[in-house]
Amino acid sequence: MSASGLQHMGSRLKLFLPLFLFVVLATILFRGLSLDPSEMPSALIDRPLPQFSLPALGADRMLSSEDVSGEVALLNVWATWCISCRVEHPYLRQLADAGVPIFGLNYKDSDAAALRWLEELGNPYRLNIADREGTLGVDLGVYGAPETYLLDADGVVRYRHVGVVDENVWRTVLEPLYIELTRAENTP
Amino acid sequence: MIPEIGHFALILAFCLSIILATVPAWGAWRGNSVAMALAPSLSVGILVFVTISFGCLATAFLQDDFSVALVASHSNTLLPAIYKFSAVWGNHEGSLVLWALILAMWTAAVALFSPQLPLLVLSRVLSVMGVIAVGFLSFSLITSNPFARLLPGAPADGNDLNPLLQDPGLIIHPPLLYMGYVGFSVAFAFAIAALLGGRLDASWARWSRPWTNIAWAFLTLGIMLGSWWAYYELGWGGWWFWDPVENASFMPWLAGTALIHSLAATEKRGLFKSWTVLLAIFAFSLSLLGTFLVRSGVLTSVHAFATDPDRGLFILVFLGLVVGGSLTLYAVRAPAVSSRVSFAWVSRESLLLFNNVVFLVATLTVLFGTLFPLIVDALGMGKVSVGPPYFNAVFVPLMALLVPGMVLGPVSRWKRDNAARWRGELLIPTAVAVLCGITFPLVHAPYNVWVALAVLLSSWLLVGLAKDFWGRLRSGSNTAAGLRRLTPGYCGMVIAHLGFAACVIGVVATSQYSIEHDLKMEPGDSRELAGYTFRFLDVGQVRGPNFIADEARFEVMQNGVQVALLNPQKRRYLASGSVMTEAAIDDGMFRDLFVAMGEPVGDNGAWAIRLHYKPMVRWMWLGAIMMAVGAFTATLDKRYRRERQTADERIGAAAHGV
Repeated sequence: MSASGLQHMGSRLKLFLPLFLFVVLATILFRGLSLDPSEMPSALIDRPLPQFSLPALGADRMLSSEDVSGEVALLNVWATWCISCRVEHPYLRQLADAGVPIFGLNYKDSDAAALRWLEELGNPYRLNIADREGTLGVDLGVYGAPETYLLDADGVVRYRHVGVVDENVWRTVLEPLYIELTRAENTP
Repeated sequence: MIPEIGHFALILAFCLSIILATVPAWGAWRGNSVAMALAPSLSVGILVFVTISFGCLATAFLQDDFSVALVASHSNTLLPAIYKFSAVWGNHEGSLVLWALILAMWTAAVALFSPQLPLLVLSRVLSVMGVIAVGFLSFSLITSNPFARLLPGAPADGNDLNPLLQDPGLIIHPPLLYMGYVGFSVAFAFAIAALLGGRLDASWARWSRPWTNIAWAFLTLGIMLGSWWAYYELGWGGWWFWDPVENASFMPWLAGTALIHSLAATEKRGLFKSWTVLLAIFAFSLSLLGTFLVRSGVLTSVHAFATDPDRGLFILVFLGLVVGGSLTLYAVRAPAVSSRVSFAWVSRESLLLFNNVVFLVATLTVLFGTLFPLIVDALGMGKVSVGPPYFNAVFVPLMALLVPGMVLGPVSRWKRDNAARWRGELLIPTAVAVLCGITFPLVHAPYNVWVALAVLLSSWLLVGLAKDFWGRLRSGSNTAAGLRRLTPGYCGMVIAHLGFAACVIGVVATSQYSIEHDLKMEPGDSRELAGYTFRFLDVGQVRGPNFIADEARFEVMQNGVQVALLNPQKRRYLASGSVMTEAAIDDGMFRDLFVAMGEPVGDNGAWAIRLHYKPMVRWMWLGAIMMAVGAFTATLDKRYRRERQTADERIGAAAHGV
């Protein structure tokens, strides 16, 4: 090959440089797809629920973290303004009927609307914490309703699920943990 | 029924775009003029069906059809009608339909307003745009159907539009931004068509220039509105956050700025051809990359859309096909041997090259900073974020570097200039600029070195432009004759560059001289800030169409005279329960006064209050508007229309010859 031909090939190869850089970038982006930047495990995992003193929904008394501990339970963050909460509500009732203790955290809501909701749609909750200002929500790091926390008998947060709890989530994620924790509690 | 019609129209548009992507391209390859001639009518057909589809979606929103999942989750009966309409694009699915609509508009505009373009070129350009349409319409139809129904079990009322998006600025911000983003697809399509045809010449650059200018102008306005919205709506007085979503729109802007300048050299002097093609590909690729970053969830952002890895994968594959394909084409077809046209180092060409290098470095800087968290995460080194300090440290000096080039650019000559002449041209502007830089900030105590530099740079630019402008006016027999000889292209450049100077002043003065106080105030309290007295009068309840708010009243006095009455609000939206801060701003050319309410403190009616004094903040947005006006003005140049015909004949002859 002549010298000028080689030179020509060299400059042709140079033109492949942008393509090469793009392939590298695309690989990184592809890798990025399988990583989840919002997967921030709750800072509270394996820590006790934050201290709080908030009114009970529809009852004239104050609740604190002692009221929601004692057995393995779910703490469900819900509100009447949350459409997805309406979606998960029937399934929560099924779980409650099956004997799973569920506590409610009524998040940034009005008491009247929340009570009407429970009257109309049924009440799966043992009791409800009325977090009108969202202060407990802030301490928990709630992104938005619905969220569900799995608490053990000592009131320690063991798992956090963001989004609707349905049959699938319960069977694959929450129930195995729930059974494990219940067993651990019964065989000290 | 209406949503189904919309869905069906979208599918029809998709089918037409497949034909547009293939048949005219095949015709251009085989020399079949019947197949090529189909391109314009297909383009218009796509526009018609996408418009029908968009209209149906808008109707579903306006009629509160909550059986449509998208409407149920992003609208509400209480929402004012205008926001019901803008809610169409206040979500992922609907914004894709808007994307498709704007792409269809650009495609049809190219088809309709390019009668002089040779059919061979036109059919290739439209086919490339057809390929992009196929990508986005299939994205919409396969992964993000906007017309999906919630049947049975349609809710009685919707979830409401995110209150942050219930704002006049956000009605037009996305459409403008998309006009810019998608508009770069035209420059991209022209570049690909030129590579396919193997002819990269001045006429190609001349056809691309007006389209690129218009797209760039829209993008400028879109980014400006986004910044303005963040300023008054997010409630903490910031106007730029180097957030991934902002960067996603800023990177194509930077690449596009390089592109318009390098197109000038390509058109006038036939230089930098491969480079210009690469920039056209780069600018549009960054638009696509922006779409990927915003919608795939690979990066977290303050205003991310509902994200979904499946959608991310789809865009990534599409990105790979479009960008990978075009870069392969570039590698194979771009002229490898540098053009025979030469230029001296002291010439306008080298200044444009300098501009290109600066903008490219700036783009890569922002790209790197945006992707850095992702790269680190992909390498398994944990989660980090690159904050504004990195961007500011790299970006600000780069922008300052541009100014000397901008002072010299308009007065410099093509091909060969001489350094002595440059020194002569620079003398007066430099002297005036240094004088201004030293003295002006003295007036505004305390002395601040950054402001002094900003004043120096902008007055340098201003005086340089003014001197050149004056010289050109005087070059005619009289001023009127001189004025007539100024081309729209030149005037556009002057306006846009002055806009840049205004931006520099605004950004630096605001960053350096802003004062903000976070205070606890009770009704009756008053505070001093930058010579203004803010008096907290009282708080009342007001009711809006879909929210209730606590509204504070503030009286602002200066030297015993009332200058403004400000009513910031703390709104609680009824449907979603979200609480929003609505800042109250008294705006002015030289300062903004900004009051925002925090949370109530204690029981005696006290509130956390944020007071801001923001000097010259408007100059930034005014500057951006001037840049956009400049770019629009430049497209009015008669040259594009006149010379297009002569080029047409040449290309036509060449095509027949082959």
